[in-house]
Amino acid sequence: MLRQVEGSRAVAEAVAMCRPEVICAYPISPQTHIVENLSQLVKTGELAPCEFVNVESEFAAMSVAIGASATGARAYTATASQGLLYMVEALYNASGLGLPIVMTVANRAIGAPINIWNDHSDSMSQRDCGWIQLYAETNQEALDLHIQAFRLAEELSTPVMVCMDGFILTHAVERIDIPSQAQVDAYLTPFVPRQVLDPDAPISIGAMVGPEAFMEVKYLAHAKQMSALELIPELAADFRQAFGRESGGLIRSYRSEDAETIVVALGSVLGTIQDTIDELREDGMKIGAVGITSFRPFPLEQLRTALAGAQRVVVLEKALAVGIGGIVSANVRMALAGIALHGYTVIAGLGGRPITKRSLRALFLEAADDALGPLTFLDMDWDIVNRELARMASSRRSGPHAENMLRDSGPVAAGPV
Amino acid sequence: MFQVRIHGRGGQGVVTAAEMLSVAAFNEGRHAQAFPSFGSERTGAPVVAFCRIDDREIRVREPIMEPDALIVQDPTLLHQVDLFGGLHRDGFILINTAKSFDELGLGEFVAGFRHERLLTVPAGDLARAHTGRPVPNAALLGGFAALSGLISPDSLAQAIRERFAGEVGEGNVAAAQAAHAWVADELRELSGAAAG
Repeated sequence: MLRQVEGSRAVAEAVAMCRPEVICAYPISPQTHIVENLSQLVKTGELAPCEFVNVESEFAAMSVAIGASATGARAYTATASQGLLYMVEALYNASGLGLPIVMTVANRAIGAPINIWNDHSDSMSQRDCGWIQLYAETNQEALDLHIQAFRLAEELSTPVMVCMDGFILTHAVERIDIPSQAQVDAYLTPFVPRQVLDPDAPISIGAMVGPEAFMEVKYLAHAKQMSALELIPELAADFRQAFGRESGGLIRSYRSEDAETIVVALGSVLGTIQDTIDELREDGMKIGAVGITSFRPFPLEQLRTALAGAQRVVVLEKALAVGIGGIVSANVRMALAGIALHGYTVIAGLGGRPITKRSLRALFLEAADDALGPLTFLDMDWDIVNRELARMASSRRSGPHAENMLRDSGPVAAGPV
Repeated sequence: MFQVRIHGRGGQGVVTAAEMLSVAAFNEGRHAQAFPSFGSERTGAPVVAFCRIDDREIRVREPIMEPDALIVQDPTLLHQVDLFGGLHRDGFILINTAKSFDELGLGEFVAGFRHERLLTVPAGDLARAHTGRPVPNAALLGGFAALSGLISPDSLAQAIRERFAGEVGEGNVAAAQAAHAWVADELRELSGAAAG
């Protein structure tokens, strides 16, 4: 049923329809609305049987999810930013043990400097922790990906992270098609665990493994993700058949068939990119986009096919790998090994900096002229950067960066943007 | 696409106003996207929320920098925040106040705008009369429906009732209807003045 609803609410309702038996949650913006809504659904009895566990930290949230999943319960949690970092050790345990937990990451920047706004620094920091990572382009897709994620996780016995842009998606109210419980039940059958902690049939999970088999056990997580490269498109095709819309899959192309310039990105910024592409297409520019939905596993072959015909690829990403530059772009370059084309990395939207059509248009025009540098910071205020660099050069005790630069950037108020 | 930017202060229901406007548009079968300016939602602090309305899917995710309409829930923001940034000269402005644009000191600023698109309405007073609280958001939307013709009073009333149950909902619907009537009267006076 079509409803005008907040993204967080829609995701909460979708998760509830997946019938999780244990939800553990610790509040952190911008994820909080999701678990708040779920806690209400549990309290009112709309979601039952389900145990909602208020935990004392994100480390505990993931630990409780691990314990619940190991007993054969369908387990869910959600987090963001520092919360994700605080559960890192447990994240590796969930994937190493092969427990099919589903978690929403409402993407948010990581401090310092402390910042609650959106970028992809949090989930990108955990790209190699063994979890599958799916990135939602819209709120509709965020909802849909959660339903697919439980099936994907449980078929492979591996955990799945659904990443959705904090605030930009989680707090946006828009038209979303909410499926019926019967539709979700038909698509997502009950969880059949590969391993169960059961007092009546005791086993142990989590044995210490020495050099004789450690690499082999670790490899299994990789093998599962490689098989996810086949399963993810199958689940998306099943989903299309059952729900009548395109959602999920590995990558999605937009007007890229004859494109000389292809923009690669993840998440909600793809919508703004598509609108910009439509305008540039009207001006005659051959430009398209490829959105990456599955960042882990990384679809090397599919991206190679989708990008090989372009003259240049612009990777626009919302995270910065300090000391090298791009994260997504490094992965995309691997997909393009041996293919001669221009590759550009653009870091954009860090800490919630708006990514505007105006800036994208100028950026893409510059790229089409091959006038971009290898690493670009979109809409960077170089003036305050250079002033701080000069301050550092002139005085040993130049003081804290953030405070200095805030003074230079002037007063902040809730103005037009 | 029609883009609305709503300015106010934390506690005045700015984010809820954008949400209800989007629901009203949705009730008319249109696509709408409402979202807050994130992070600054503290009581009394300047808050901005946005609403886009279109007949096709809305993909763009940037803040609204060139609005077609501005709704100002708190006139004390006039001298604190760049409220009018990006507004074009055909744009609509609706301000919650019993004063006129001239009395607010805006007469000169809006000289180049279309006068039938600039109005003030004492939405806080109307809200107090009908709900007992001076939260002006629903009343302003009623006034905005009359000023812009963008949404019907009926779909707005439905949106308000979906958001607020019972007495609160009915009080806000009444406030919205009163503001709608107020603005419609003002518009009639303006067109009468223009004709006469």
